[in-house]
Amino acid sequence: MPKTITIDPVTRIEGHAKITIYVDDNGTISDAQFHVTQLRGFEKLSEGRPFTEMPSLMARICGICPVSHLMASAKACDNLMAVKVPVTGHNLRKVMNMAQIIQSHALSFFHLSSPDLLLGMDADPAIRNILGVAAKRPELAKDGIRLRQIGQQMIELLGGKRIHPSWVVPGGVNAALTAEHRAAMLKEMPEIKEIVRRALNWYHPVVKHYQEEIAVFANFPTLFMGLVNKNGEVEYYDGTLRFMDSAGNIVSDGIDPSEYDTWIGEKVESYSYLKSVFYKPMGYPGGIYRVGPLARLNIASKCGTPLADEELAGFRSIQKGPVSSSFHYHYARLIEILNCAERVEDILKDDECMNPHVRAIANPNCFDGVGVSEAPRGTLIHHYRIDENGLIKWANLIIATGHNNLAMNRGVLQVARHYLDGLNPKEGMLNRIEAVIRTFDPCLSCSTHAAGQMPMQIDIQAPNGEILKTITR
Amino acid sequence: MAANGQIKIFTLKIDGKDVSARSDQTVLQVCRENEFFIPTLCHLEGLSNIGACRLCMVEVAGQRKLLPACTTMVSEAMEVTTTNDKLAHYRKMTLELIFSERNHTCSVCVSNNHCELQFLSQKLGINHIRVPYRFPKFAVDASHPYFILDHNRCILCTRCVRVCDEIEGAHVWDVSGRGIQAKVITELNQPWGSADTCTQCGKCVNVCPVGALSEKGRSVAENTKRSGFLPYLTARRKEKI
Repeated sequence: MPKTITIDPVTRIEGHAKITIYVDDNGTISDAQFHVTQLRGFEKLSEGRPFTEMPSLMARICGICPVSHLMASAKACDNLMAVKVPVTGHNLRKVMNMAQIIQSHALSFFHLSSPDLLLGMDADPAIRNILGVAAKRPELAKDGIRLRQIGQQMIELLGGKRIHPSWVVPGGVNAALTAEHRAAMLKEMPEIKEIVRRALNWYHPVVKHYQEEIAVFANFPTLFMGLVNKNGEVEYYDGTLRFMDSAGNIVSDGIDPSEYDTWIGEKVESYSYLKSVFYKPMGYPGGIYRVGPLARLNIASKCGTPLADEELAGFRSIQKGPVSSSFHYHYARLIEILNCAERVEDILKDDECMNPHVRAIANPNCFDGVGVSEAPRGTLIHHYRIDENGLIKWANLIIATGHNNLAMNRGVLQVARHYLDGLNPKEGMLNRIEAVIRTFDPCLSCSTHAAGQMPMQIDIQAPNGEILKTITR
Repeated sequence: MAANGQIKIFTLKIDGKDVSARSDQTVLQVCRENEFFIPTLCHLEGLSNIGACRLCMVEVAGQRKLLPACTTMVSEAMEVTTTNDKLAHYRKMTLELIFSERNHTCSVCVSNNHCELQFLSQKLGINHIRVPYRFPKFAVDASHPYFILDHNRCILCTRCVRVCDEIEGAHVWDVSGRGIQAKVITELNQPWGSADTCTQCGKCVNVCPVGALSEKGRSVAENTKRSGFLPYLTARRKEKI
């Protein structure tokens, strides 16, 4: 009789989710679904609010990446005002966005995923966490905590507070940089690079033990999408959208972010509050694509900074063409931290960053505005429509985790097929299913525009809905 | 004040301390002169007092009821208590009821960090609202070219109504409805942007203690107010300086 296995909740990711695995009469897995079980409705509740409130309102979607929402939202509002943000305002936003990427990648790599890598996928869940890492390899845990601290402190130095700063406003930012804060941030950049260097030195030998996981952790051909700048380099804040196929061919390039809906479709599935996003020209679900660090490094010609480009060469040597295993998201994250530190240094070393002109002022001049930026987890799209008085009439958000939804589902299926032995899932299998999700560093709070923490349960279910077996922890 | 209009000097006790006051002063004025803290929201120096917010309630010896300090005139040998557990209880309750009535979400409010309601709540130690929120749905009126009216943040202090009537002389604002249905309106409940009587002076915006009235284009936490100008403006007009 066909059976269903449910993993609920999934741990060490941001948000609430559960996983269902369907087992048919022959004991083989027929399908797997990744359910996001929460709904918050930010698009709806923003209706009727003044657009000037949007960056701060939308930042409340998430406490981990509020800055990413601030960026995309403020950019959408810039377009509603039809203004050109002053160069310094623009660059200071970039610095904050990269500080956000640094702290969020640190959280994903060190706090959430390093326990799997250091202690092993089969380790006892009770110790397979950041505290277990601190016990076994304290310097690794310390580095992670310190890196996150630096990123968060940079956000605070720029915006006045670490979480939900209201400094990013439509038209730019609302306060210029002080010499003291500039110096404080610049001082930290060498340490970021040292931490990443140490992490890479640890990661490279460790990853050799995970060849089996690399082979099945969402390792399949998909498209990749992200922003690139005019030189085709990695871009986190501005630029145009690029799609690359699994063979490394650029299939769409130079897409103006405001035309995202020509290329990107959203599909609602009955099993999840998280919409499945796909590349329209290839239809659903054939238009499966991935975003985030792995995709950004795959689609770009280079990182554009020396240390990151040096490391990118190593990343490129993993395989010919785009790197296909989602396991390598971890590696890509470390390279991006390096890239961000170097770019922040470039911006802050230029005296232009001290220019007091950081904000453009205007009333709304357009009724439709799209803002796209790269969040740590991938491309983030905010799209607003307003009435003639500047009140929001309609909003649509596409979050990084939404772009990755199809790939996460397929990744879960791939891992389950590889590790599941009939109806008796081993602890290691469950861990690996969670770990494959974790490579994407999904933020479910964001993706359903929802919040909370995630815990794990497995239901084995008959086709009539009867639960035959439940495993919880 | 004496019947013949002469101002007398009274001696009264506030929280056990002897103070002197002019007979044309309110209890609130005398308390503030002598640095006794009394919370207020509807009162604003330069405007008439209406005793609407009930935060300035004090105990007066010999009176069964609590009295609003802003509308109670001083009298000889009066004994006023400004602070005790009962008053603290009522003041906190009043603030909690104000919070529950509309959607006062400080973190995304244009007046965050510049809000008198928020300041008083912090000062009086409000950390929970013990009554259910009503979550009303009010449309934002952004039809005015320079200003925004958000009823969701309004506490019905009517400072806007009074400043427009008493200082600007335009009387654009009024209150419509009763009780829980009450809300401030412009002209005869027309969109603010179509109010011909509005001189666009912005006094209402500057006296609003919360985020109900703000300048357009201000983002969250950017709505700074200048309400200190009122006493000077009134004095200068009287003196015809």
